[in-house]
Amino acid sequence: MHPVTPVRTYVLIWLTLTILTFVTFYVSTINLGEWNIVVALAIAGFKMSLVIWFFMHVRTDNPLTKLFVFAGFFWIGILLVMTLGDYFSRSWMPLGKFW
Amino acid sequence: MADTHAVATEHSSPHLRHHFDDMHQQFDSATFGMWVFLLTEIMFFGGMFGAYTVYRSMYPEAFAATSNFMNPAFGAANTAVLIVSSLTMALAVRAAHLGQQKVLQIMLVLTMIFGAAFLVIKGFEYHEHWVDGKVPLFPGHWMWDGPLAPPQFAHQAQILFCFYFFMTGFHALHMIVGLGIMTTILVMARKGTFGPDYYTPVEVSGLYWHFVDIVWIFLFPLLYLIGHTKNLV
Amino acid sequence: MSTAIQEPEVQETPNYLNAEYGWKSWLFTKDHKRIAVLYLISISIMFALGGVFAMLIRLELLTPAGDLFNSDTYNKIFTMHGVTMIFFFLIPSIPATLGNFLVPMMIGAKDLAFPRINLLSWYIYVVGALFALAAIVMGGVDTGWTFYTPFSTTYSNTFVITAAVGVFISGFSSITTGLNFIVTVHKMRAPGMTWGRLPLFVWANYATSLIQVLGTPVVAITLALVGLERAFHIGIFDPAIGGDPILFQHMFWFYSHPAVYIMILPGMGVISELVTCFSRKGVFGYSFIAGSSLGIAIIGFLVWGHHMFVTGMSMYAGLYFSLLTMLVAVPSAIKVFNWTATMFRGSISYETPMLYAFGFIGLFTIGGLTGLFLGTLGLDVHLTDTYFVVAHFHYVMVGGMVVAYLGGLHFWWPKITGKMYPEGWGKFSALLVFAGFNLTFFPQFIAGYLGQPRRYHAYAPEFQVLNVMSTAGASVLGLGFIIPLIYLLWSLKYGKPAGNNPWGAKGLEWTTQSPPETFNFPTTPIVTEEAYAYAKHEEAHVG
Repeated sequence: MHPVTPVRTYVLIWLTLTILTFVTFYVSTINLGEWNIVVALAIAGFKMSLVIWFFMHVRTDNPLTKLFVFAGFFWIGILLVMTLGDYFSRSWMPLGKFW
Repeated sequence: MADTHAVATEHSSPHLRHHFDDMHQQFDSATFGMWVFLLTEIMFFGGMFGAYTVYRSMYPEAFAATSNFMNPAFGAANTAVLIVSSLTMALAVRAAHLGQQKVLQIMLVLTMIFGAAFLVIKGFEYHEHWVDGKVPLFPGHWMWDGPLAPPQFAHQAQILFCFYFFMTGFHALHMIVGLGIMTTILVMARKGTFGPDYYTPVEVSGLYWHFVDIVWIFLFPLLYLIGHTKNLV
Repeated sequence: MSTAIQEPEVQETPNYLNAEYGWKSWLFTKDHKRIAVLYLISISIMFALGGVFAMLIRLELLTPAGDLFNSDTYNKIFTMHGVTMIFFFLIPSIPATLGNFLVPMMIGAKDLAFPRINLLSWYIYVVGALFALAAIVMGGVDTGWTFYTPFSTTYSNTFVITAAVGVFISGFSSITTGLNFIVTVHKMRAPGMTWGRLPLFVWANYATSLIQVLGTPVVAITLALVGLERAFHIGIFDPAIGGDPILFQHMFWFYSHPAVYIMILPGMGVISELVTCFSRKGVFGYSFIAGSSLGIAIIGFLVWGHHMFVTGMSMYAGLYFSLLTMLVAVPSAIKVFNWTATMFRGSISYETPMLYAFGFIGLFTIGGLTGLFLGTLGLDVHLTDTYFVVAHFHYVMVGGMVVAYLGGLHFWWPKITGKMYPEGWGKFSALLVFAGFNLTFFPQFIAGYLGQPRRYHAYAPEFQVLNVMSTAGASVLGLGFIIPLIYLLWSLKYGKPAGNNPWGAKGLEWTTQSPPETFNFPTTPIVTEEAYAYAKHEEAHVG
C-alpha cells in the first residue's frame, strides 16, 4: 500500500496543472511557427508526468511499475519513430516523395 | 516458513481472495494489473495518435484549415473540468485509504459530476459540428465550403475530421465506461466496503480515471490549439 | 469389463476434473485448469475448421487450371484459412491451453492472479470466434488475412466488418491472457522460486505475454479504423481520396510481425522442457535461453517493415528493417544451439514428445533460415508474394509451432488427464506428421523460387508436379493430425493411469497428483533447487 499523500500536495499539483493549461492556451495565440507544436506538446508531456507521478502514485511505487510505465511510452515511441522515419526519409530517394 | 493456511488466518480479511497469500500481495497484483492494462490503452490510443500524426505531417495546410472549425474554448473548458475531476479522484482514493467514508463518497460524487460535465460540453461541441456540417461520417452533415474552407483540401480535411471524431469518440467512450465504474465504486462505498485494509478497487479505478484524463491532456493541444494562430477565429 | 471390481483403482482421489460436476461448474469455473480445457476444446474446433480450408486449397492446386473454384471463392478460402488458423488457433494455442494449465503450477501458485478475468478471456475468445464463423457462414471474406487496403475498405464485396470485429474481439482475449500471466509471474511465485529458477516454459510465456500486451492494441485500432472506413464510406486508407494504404500496412504489421513471435515463443518454451527431460540433463545455457526469449520479444517489435519492402516504403527504412531482421534471428539461433548442447552427452530417449522436439529443431531451423533469405532486401524483391514465403511461414508455424504444440500436449497429457496415451500410436503419428509436413511444404520452396505466386487459384503448368507432391503430403499430414485426436480421446476412457510423474521429469507440476487437485498443491511448495536439477548419470527412466 502507498504512504498517504497530503491534501496540500494534491491541491498544489492541481493548481499547477490548471495554470499550465492556461499557459498552453495563451502560448497558442502567439505565432511561434514550427515551435508552437513543440511547446504545446512539451507542456502536455509535463502535465502528464505530474499526473502520473503524483495522482497515480508512481512516485511511491516500486521500480517494476516505473519500468512498465516507461516501457509503455517507449513502445509507442517505436511505432511513431519508425513509421515516421519511413515517411520522412522518402524525400531522400530520387523519386520518393509521397506528397 | 509457515504454510499458507496459518498465514491466512492471522490477518484474514473477508476481502482476501483464496489464491493470494495476503492483502498486500492482492493489492500489489491488482494495481500492477491495472498498469499493464493501461499499457494496452497507451498502445491503443497511441496507434490512433500515430496515424493522425502521419496525416498531419502530410497535409499541414489542410490541417490549418480544419483548425478554424474547432472551438478552443470548449476544449479548454473540458481540460479544466477533467483536471479538477482528477483532483477529486485522487482525494477520493486518499479518503478510502484513511477510512473517511463521508469524504470518499463526496469526492466520488464530485468526480462523477465533473465527468458528466465533460460529456455535456462534448455533446454541445458535437452538436455544433453536426449543425455546421463538419461531421464526415454522415452524408448531409459534411459541408466543406465557405471562405475558411479552401476546396482543394476537402478530402484531406475530411480525413482529419474523421480522426477528430474517432479520437474524441473513443475517449468519450472511455469516459462513459469510467462513469460506470465510478457508479459501482460509489455503491460499494455507501455500503462501507472500503477502509485502510481494503481500498484496492478505489485505487485501481483511480488509475483508470487519471489515464483517461491524460489522454485528453494530449488531445487538447493536438486537436484544438495547433494551427490556432494561423487563422484566429 | 467388470467395472464394479475395477472402480476402486480408477482415480477417485479428488482432482480438478471430479471436484464438481455439471455444465455450470465448467462454464462458471475460476479454476485455471478447467479454463485451459475449455480453451483446448475451442481451439481444436477452430484448428479443424482451418484444416478443412487447407484441404480445399490443396485440392484446387492439384491442377494448374482454376477449375475447382472460381478466383473469388478461392480468395475467400485462403483468407478464412489464414484468419482461422492465425487468430483463432495459433495465437491462443499454447498460452491459453498449456500456459493456462501449467504456469501457475510451475511457479507454485494456486491459480493465476485474476481467475475471473481468465474465464472472461475464454468467453471473449468464443464471441470473437462466433463472429468469424458468422462471416464464414454468411459468405466469407476475400481480402487475405492481412486485410490490405483499399481492397478491404472500399472494393471488397464480402463480410469484412464481421470478420474484422471477430478478430478485434479475439484480440482482447489475447490481451487479457497476457496481462494475467505477467502479473502472475511477477507477484505469485512460491518462496524460493526466483527468476533464475523459473522453468523456461514460464519465461517463454512471460515474453509472449509482453508481446500480447504491447502489440495487440495496435491491430485492434487498425482494424477498428478499417471497419469505420468501410461503414461510413470515408477515406482513411483510400488513396483516391487522400488516404495512405502504406500507413495501414505499417500499423497492421507493427502487431502482426510480433504476432508471429507470440505464436512461436511458447513453442520454444515447450521444446526447452522436452529436450531437458528426455536428455535427463539440465538445459545448457539456461540464462541465455531465458534472455533470448526476452530478446526475441523486444527486437521482434523493430522489424515489421520486412513485410513491406516492395510496397513503396522508403529504401532507407527498408535498410534498417532488413538489418534488424538479421539481428532478430540471433536469439532464435542461440536457442537452437543451446538445445543441441543440452542433448550432447545426455541420456536421450525417444518417446513421442521427444520425437516432436527433434522435428521442431530441424524444421524450425529451416524455417528460420529461409526467413533470413526473405529478410535480405535484394532477394526479397524476387521472392516476395511467391510460394517461397508460404513455405517459409508454414515451416515455422506448422513445422515449428504445431509440432511443439503436439509435443507439449503429449508430454503433459498424463498430468492434465491422469491417463497415458498409447505410445506406439504416438510415435507413428509423429513420424507421419514429419513426413507429411516435409512432403507438403518443401516443394513449395522450389515452386516459389521458380516463380509460382501465392494466393492464385491457377498456376503455370510447369509447377504441377511440385503441387501434386504438396497435396499428397497434405493428406498424410492431415492423417497425422487426425490419428492423435482419436487416440487422445480414446485414452480419456481407456488409457493407462499415469501416476504423478510418468516421465521422471523435474518441475513443480510433476510433484503433484495427476490430474492435479483444484488448488494445485496441498501446501505452498518451497523451492530449494535450481531448475532441471537432473542428477548426473541418472538412468533413463522405464517408459
